[in-house]
Amino acid sequence: MANNNIEAIGHFGPFGGRFVPEALIGALDQLDAAHQAAIIDPIFQAELAHLHLTYTGRPSIITEAKRFSEFAGGARILLKREDLNHTGSHKINNVLGQALLTKRMGKKRIIAETGAGQHGVASATAAALFGLECVVYMGEEDTRRQALNVARMKLLGAEVVPVKTGSRTLKDAINEAMRDWVTNVDTTHYLLGTVAGPHPFPTMVRDFQKIIGEEARVQVLELIGRLPDAVLACIGGGSNAIGIFHAFIPDTSVDLIGFEAGGAGIETGRHAATITGGSVGVLHGTRSYVLQDENGQTIESHSISAGLDYPGVGPEHAYLHDIGRAQYRAINDDQAMEAFALLTKTEGIIPAIESAHALAGAIQVGKERGPKAVLLVNLSGRGDKDVETAADYFKIDL
Amino acid sequence: MATQLDEMFVKTRKENRAALIAYLPAGFPSLEGCKDAISTLAESGVDAVEIGFPYSDPVMDGPTIQQAADISLKAGTGATEVFETLNFAHEVGLPAVVMTYWNPIERYGVDRFAKEMARNGGSGVVTPDLTIEESKPWNSATLAAGINRIFVVAPSTTDDRLARVTSQCSGFVYAASLMGVTGARTDLSSGGRDLVARVRKTTDLPIAVGLGVSTRAQAREVAGYADGVIVGSAFIKALLDAKDPQSGLEKLGALARDLVAGVREGR
Repeated sequence: MANNNIEAIGHFGPFGGRFVPEALIGALDQLDAAHQAAIIDPIFQAELAHLHLTYTGRPSIITEAKRFSEFAGGARILLKREDLNHTGSHKINNVLGQALLTKRMGKKRIIAETGAGQHGVASATAAALFGLECVVYMGEEDTRRQALNVARMKLLGAEVVPVKTGSRTLKDAINEAMRDWVTNVDTTHYLLGTVAGPHPFPTMVRDFQKIIGEEARVQVLELIGRLPDAVLACIGGGSNAIGIFHAFIPDTSVDLIGFEAGGAGIETGRHAATITGGSVGVLHGTRSYVLQDENGQTIESHSISAGLDYPGVGPEHAYLHDIGRAQYRAINDDQAMEAFALLTKTEGIIPAIESAHALAGAIQVGKERGPKAVLLVNLSGRGDKDVETAADYFKIDL
Repeated sequence: MATQLDEMFVKTRKENRAALIAYLPAGFPSLEGCKDAISTLAESGVDAVEIGFPYSDPVMDGPTIQQAADISLKAGTGATEVFETLNFAHEVGLPAVVMTYWNPIERYGVDRFAKEMARNGGSGVVTPDLTIEESKPWNSATLAAGINRIFVVAPSTTDDRLARVTSQCSGFVYAASLMGVTGARTDLSSGGRDLVARVRKTTDLPIAVGLGVSTRAQAREVAGYADGVIVGSAFIKALLDAKDPQSGLEKLGALARDLVAGVREGR
């Protein structure tokens, strides 16, 4: 759309690009070409649409959270229910797209990184569906936090490799996946789960996720006869956020607000709020905002939510921030858990802790804008995987 | 203006042999321990050193260099220590380059980094994750500072792209001999030889081969077709496996002398 010419070379203003070993350039070019061909190929689009209709469960519905609204200044809260997708989050949208591309490129093996395990589960699922070999890299720390998802991936036939280097979380899982890719690039597709990484990943993953906002825009117009006042989403790498934002970018009356993981609070330094508390740098092949020290070393991020626990963010978000089209705020662990409990008790929906950051944002923005406001919130994932973390947080006896 | 590194390659070409280039991360096994190691390498006849800027997310590196970088980072190594180590290598008379992932340069300031390299007697910088598409500011910074700009090419790099990458290089072209991360290999594939032959068609610059070389026999083999042989993980392993710093330096020296002999047996 608006950014076509800068995207042609993989940039969003000064952000994005490719900072990778030369060994990966060929594979990135091949992927870029496959993606470019696919987006104009009606057969590919039909195949993907059919999968979404018969496998993912799209379109995902909109649920109005009427009781929750009382705690959010009376604003109308419309939830885009990506939690109801097969495998329980928005991650499947991107995974099915890339799995189809993998088939087209003639590769038989996929590798993926995962933090919360949602992308790993989605990748393992697609591998089972398409008969691909699948290896998932997961920080050792996260394999403990998300043991249930580790079991799911193994049941689905994937190999899960616990990563024991660095902070043993998502960023180190990405490092290890990139090392695997450099070594096995001829046979292997790196199925990156977010809108970060070297070009074409930020653009390609965005293209596979933008269906969220395209559906929601039509659904909200049908439901209330106008556009929402604001669209809200949580942000780690930023794939669910760019997914729901993208269709609304030309609608300048609609505010786009991303909620980063504030962890223990920005002032404590223990957070994952890259745009709010970071600076411009290069991480994992792309230029964006990163958490780094004065020597350019990545600083470990912290969040109660494994899926947001990442010291980088997609370059398109960095760009939307810098041009003022989207705003980014931080929600700390306690605020997110409060929203997690609230949605569960008022609506009977257990959200992923990641998505609870967007719900806490809805409480904040709802109170600022009052009952006339309509807020569209991306409920990006369901909270089954987080029950243990939540029980621990709320000190529930098991 | 020729750098010390340029002059070194003129000399080794005249002697009809390949150069041996040793890689060590700054601050490993400690700031002073690294300097001791550089002295040992110089005394053992190594031709040049490549000083690594340890980085938190080294996606091109295997377990050995990762471990060394971790040790160095925990001790607080940053740009100051990298330049101090570089300066030391220059003082002992070795042509020295820095190998660093891109973000530390960008964070330090592109022009400032290049200037500081020159000020400390550095000949150039190897940038394993800087693509030619992103290198414009770096090209002008290195040109102004009078230091070499060394890019890495891989077996998967197409001929067309090889020509474009090597046209941006100076000092030498770093040929990564295989698809994969750094670290010792028991078998070297034929990838290095084929890649060097393809690079030769695009440039007259010296070509140094890295990735996987750890033994005298391997050094001899690579020296048969390349202008430089780069060894990193094997040196690091000698220091890592040693029970105390002194025996580490002895093992390092012995390995270096072995490899120095190896590169002289290649042709």
